[in-house]
Amino acid sequence: MLEHYLSIALTAIFVENMALAFFLGMCSFLAVSKKVDTAIGLGMAVTFVLAITVPMNNLIYNYLLREGALAWISPELAKYDLSFLGFLTYIGTIAAIVQIVEMTLDRYAPALYGALGVFLPLIAVNCAILGGSLFMVEREYDLAESAVYGAGAGIGWALAIVGLAAIRERLRYSNIPAGLRGLGITFIITGLMAIGFMAFAGIQL
Amino acid sequence: MADKAREALIDPLFNNNPIALQVLGICSALAVTTKMDTAMVMSIAVIVVVALSNFFVSVLRDQIPNSIRIIVQLTIIASLVIVTDQILKAYVFEISKQLSVFVGLIITNCIVMGRAEAYAMQNPPGLSFIDGIGNGLGYAIILMVVAFFRELLGSGSLFGAQLLKLASEGGWYTPNGLMVLSPGAFFLIGFFIWILRTWKPDQVEEE
Amino acid sequence: MQRSVGYTLLFATLVCVVCAVVVSGAAVLLKERQDENALLDKQSNVLEAAGLREPGVSLPPDVVAERFATVASKVIDLATGEVVEGVDVTSFDQAKLTSDPETSRVAPANPAKVNRIPNQAMIYEVLGANGEVEKYIFPVEGKGLWSTLKGFIALGADLQTVEGLTFYSHKETPGLGGEVDNPGWKARWPGRKVFGPDGEPEIRVIKGRAESPEAAPYQVDGLSGATITSRSVTYLIQFWLGPDAFGPFIEKHRRAA
Repeated sequence: MLEHYLSIALTAIFVENMALAFFLGMCSFLAVSKKVDTAIGLGMAVTFVLAITVPMNNLIYNYLLREGALAWISPELAKYDLSFLGFLTYIGTIAAIVQIVEMTLDRYAPALYGALGVFLPLIAVNCAILGGSLFMVEREYDLAESAVYGAGAGIGWALAIVGLAAIRERLRYSNIPAGLRGLGITFIITGLMAIGFMAFAGIQL
Repeated sequence: MADKAREALIDPLFNNNPIALQVLGICSALAVTTKMDTAMVMSIAVIVVVALSNFFVSVLRDQIPNSIRIIVQLTIIASLVIVTDQILKAYVFEISKQLSVFVGLIITNCIVMGRAEAYAMQNPPGLSFIDGIGNGLGYAIILMVVAFFRELLGSGSLFGAQLLKLASEGGWYTPNGLMVLSPGAFFLIGFFIWILRTWKPDQVEEE
Repeated sequence: MQRSVGYTLLFATLVCVVCAVVVSGAAVLLKERQDENALLDKQSNVLEAAGLREPGVSLPPDVVAERFATVASKVIDLATGEVVEGVDVTSFDQAKLTSDPETSRVAPANPAKVNRIPNQAMIYEVLGANGEVEKYIFPVEGKGLWSTLKGFIALGADLQTVEGLTFYSHKETPGLGGEVDNPGWKARWPGRKVFGPDGEPEIRVIKGRAESPEAAPYQVDGLSGATITSRSVTYLIQFWLGPDAFGPFIEKHRRAA
């Protein structure tokens, strides 16, 4: 069983990397990858929020939205299928959780808040966060699986952005054609990193 | 008025393209560009959502209380996306299956939120609507260009019609597998930006 | 602009109500059409495996319905191989049954990476002019390189000869493993035999080219450059046609035939 969870985590981190294989969270991926320090901060914040929101949305999906999910309130409600409300509920949950996390950190863990605080509002509308919840629903993970998946997807994303930031720091000393400078070369580097990550594809547990 | 409307429509295509210049909204975009038909349906969906969300936000712009501004915008956008998704599922089922979660991700598409906040909150509904279409089109152009190359080079076809006969079916063209995988999309966008900035040098970034 | 709390609350409520009405309205109005689409999609896939639809050609709904008229859907009990009567085949949802512990069991360790097996599964029978079964179609699925491969395999009336194979959902590497849905490769399957002399599924995807069905009845051409996907196809077919899944049904009906 442990193997099963390990396999979900490894797949989420390397093979199906949020940023490199699914292009998710690209806006902040490109904008906040100029320095390694900030990249680490944002990476940690994304991992943190994904690890909380994916299992949270899993509960909401299984106990409120999916067909027959309301049966625990009363059997008569079992016929309702509210899954069309998914997008709206997930984004609402994410926004609320990000807000709560922000306030909790501010109150109880000021050091952590100092490191992550500025990024939290930014990632409420990060596609990687919503994408994590949507993939969880599509793949029908249970609660434990979605917790592992959420954390794994976050770690994978963080790994990618830190790697990219490290390369971009070095890049400052290279002579790049004018039109390619900045955004253009960043895309091409991301492509090369994506090729590198594809080498993990064959991993089987 | 007419000039302003035209500017709102044309400007985002090349001079102020949301993807190439502001790096907005590529998240939900690239994964659907392996084929022209999915890219086109996605583009239309985005154009409709940006235009309508701009329109509704603009209609309400004087009534929205400032404190809940963002969440109201988000609710309007999310509702529009859900309706779009339902319509796609009902009328173009095949393609909606391939788009899978990426229609839902239009909600977090930075272009939609960005235009609602930056343009629709200050401008009248008509202009906002046109601005939405313009920005949607700017996004669509990149999507279609990327999809054109990815499908042609990667599968030898366009809109599903086989143009280059594949080697595996007795033809001459050996498809370039890289194009269909994610790195291909990154390279194409990189080159697209390069070309755009060589053509319009004022967009070059300072290091 | 600053507004009173009451105004803010009222505004938020109004936005919620309007959005809720629009969203639910769309969902309710379009529900029927969406369900039809889902059913049509599934039937089209079955027809393709049955050889009643060219791969890649989408048929209008009435043609699908017409051709599907010769196909009987049956729910069977996997452990006994008996047909279960009185189950509504249109609402039968195998994926849901598989995830529910009450209607499924944990699969024994297997190379196809199937975690759970449902107690009941849906199969399809293609009927001839006199109502006799011409082909049996079994759903198969298993882990490939990137994702889960889902498809159907069609066997002839002898429950031994392959009549067709199709994968309707996969995310394998395009051009390599993705060739599982290449019509050219799928055409290499018909005529091959599934079960060896001892009754175990013997059919396998080999490396390189297989001989003709007469010379090498249990072998199928490999997908070049896609060792893992090729192996996965072998595993998932051997699993689903084996003793843990459709084996009991197949044995029973082969004896009867």
